[in-house]
Amino acid sequence: MSAIVSVKGLGKTYEGGFEALRAVSLDIEEGEILALLGPNGAGKTTLISIICGITNPSGGSVTVGGFDTIRDFRGARALIGLVPQEVSLEPFESVINTVRFTRGLFGKKRDDAYLERILRQLSLWDKRADRIMTLSGGMKRRVLIAKALSHQPRVLFLDEPTAGVDVELRKDMWEIVRGLRADGVTIILTTHYIEEAEAIADRVGVINNGELLLVEEKNALMARMGKKELRIDLARPLDALPKPLEAYDLRLTDEGGLIYTYDTSAEKTGITDLLADLRHAGLHMVDLDTRQSSLEDIFVDLVREDGP
Amino acid sequence: MNLQAIKAIYLFEMSRTMRTLGQSIVSPVLSTSLYFVVFGAAIGSRIDQVEGVSYGAFIVPGLIMLTVLTQAVSNASFGIYFPKFIGTVYELLSAPASFYEIVIGYVGAAATKALAIGLIILATANFFVDLSIVHPFWMLGFLVLTCFSFALFGFILGIWAQNFEQLQLVPLLVITPLVFLGGSFYSISMLPPAWQTVTLFNPVVYLVSGFRWSFFGMADVSVGFSLLAIGLFTVLCLAMIAWIFRTGYRLRS
Repeated sequence: MSAIVSVKGLGKTYEGGFEALRAVSLDIEEGEILALLGPNGAGKTTLISIICGITNPSGGSVTVGGFDTIRDFRGARALIGLVPQEVSLEPFESVINTVRFTRGLFGKKRDDAYLERILRQLSLWDKRADRIMTLSGGMKRRVLIAKALSHQPRVLFLDEPTAGVDVELRKDMWEIVRGLRADGVTIILTTHYIEEAEAIADRVGVINNGELLLVEEKNALMARMGKKELRIDLARPLDALPKPLEAYDLRLTDEGGLIYTYDTSAEKTGITDLLADLRHAGLHMVDLDTRQSSLEDIFVDLVREDGP
Repeated sequence: MNLQAIKAIYLFEMSRTMRTLGQSIVSPVLSTSLYFVVFGAAIGSRIDQVEGVSYGAFIVPGLIMLTVLTQAVSNASFGIYFPKFIGTVYELLSAPASFYEIVIGYVGAAATKALAIGLIILATANFFVDLSIVHPFWMLGFLVLTCFSFALFGFILGIWAQNFEQLQLVPLLVITPLVFLGGSFYSISMLPPAWQTVTLFNPVVYLVSGFRWSFFGMADVSVGFSLLAIGLFTVLCLAMIAWIFRTGYRLRS
C-alpha cells in the first residue's frame, strides 16, 4: 500500500491570528478508512478544506495521488469527492440536475447509467425529478453523497456525515462506505459518534487544538491505550475500602462492590494478587465481570491530557 | 482546460433562466413597451426629430442598452452570489476547474441571457417604430461586447457583495443613473455645454453613442472612442478578475 494522500507540515492561521492547524503531517494509505476524531473547533474541517482546495494553507503541502493540491490542482481535485458538514444545496434545482452538474464540474462526460446506479443505491431514484427544497433533511444528505460520488472519486471525504441523521440512513451510509472501500476507494471521515469510528475505521487519528495527537491502527490503539476494568460484586457490601486493599487501583461502586482498573499490556495485571488479598481480607465474591474501555474513553482521556 | 466544467456551469445557469422563462422575457418586454408609451408616444409627440431621426426610433438603442446593462450585471452578480449565499460555492472551489473556467461559465450564461433579452426588445421595438439598422454587423458586435463586459462587471460585484443589499446597491445607485444620464433618451448635444463636458466622464455615453451609430450612422462621440471605452472597461474587469483569482478575495480564506 502507498499513501494516496500525503500531508506535510500543514499549518493554517486565519486572519485575526487564530491558529487552526499546526504543522500537521499525515499519510493516508490507498483503500483505507481513516476516522478523524476531535472536539468541535479542533481543526478537522480546516484540514479537509485545505486538502479539497476550499481553504488556502498558511504553510506546508498536500499531495493527492501524487499531485500537489496547489501546483497540480486539476489532477489532485479530480480524484476527490467531498461530502461537506453543512447541507448546502441549490433549493430550486432537481436532484438529477444538481448531481449531473457536479459530475460535469469535475470534468466528467455525462453518464446517466452511472448516475442512475448511484441514485438507486441512495434510494433517490424515485425523487430524481423533485426539487431539492421539497426533500427531507435526510434525503438532502443523500443528495450530497450522490454529488460527491457523481464523478467516481478515488478519495472520499465525509465531514460529519451522520450528524443529525436517522438510523436508517446511517445504516445505508455505512453500507455504501463498505461498498466503496471494497472498490478500493479511500475514505476519510470525521465524526462525533465514536462508536461509528470504532465500528468502521481501519485507522484513527485524533486532532485537538490544531494538532494531530496520534494516528494509529484502531485495534493497536485500543490494545495500547485500552484499559480493562474488573468489577467485583461482594456478598456483603462495603462502606469503605479495607486497609489491606488500599495499595490497589480500586474504587467502590454505589452498591458497595469494587472496580479494579488494570492494563492488559502490563507485565503484571495484579489480578491474582488482588483476588488472594480479597480472600485474606475475608471478603466473599459473588460475581466477576470485565469490561474493555471503548474508543470513546480513550479519546476523552487523550483530549483531556492535551488540555484546552 | 476543463470544457466539461464550463459546459456544466453554463447549462446549469441557463436552466435557471429556462425555469423562469416567463418572467425572464415578459418583464423586459413589458417595461420596454412602457418606455415607448411614455417616452416615445407622450414625449416624442412634442419632440419631432433628433438629428434627423424620429424620437421614437432615436431612443431604441438607449432602451436596449439600459435593459442589457442591467440584465447582464444582475444575472452575473446573482449567478455567483447565490452559491456563496447558500454555501454551494464549496463545489466550485473544490472542482478541478480554474477560476477562469468558472468565470467563462457564469459570465457566458449571463451574457447570453442579456443578449437574448436585448434582441427581444429590438423585436418589440419594431412594433412601435420603423427601424432600419445601418450597420447590423456592428450593432450585434456592440451588443455582444457590452453583454460580456457588463456580465464580467456583474461577476465581480457578485463576489464582492456580502449581502443582498450590496448586491442591489450598485445596479441601483450606479448603473441606472449612469444609463439615464448617458444619453439614452436624448442627444448630448441637447445639453448645455458645461454638462456636455461632465457627461463625457460617463462611460455609458460611449456605449450608447457607439450603439446608436450602428443604428443610424450618427453619434455623439466618435465610434473609435466608443470601442476604446468598451475595450478598456473589459480589460479593467478582466484585470480585477485576475486579481480576485490570485488572492482568492472573498472566496477562499
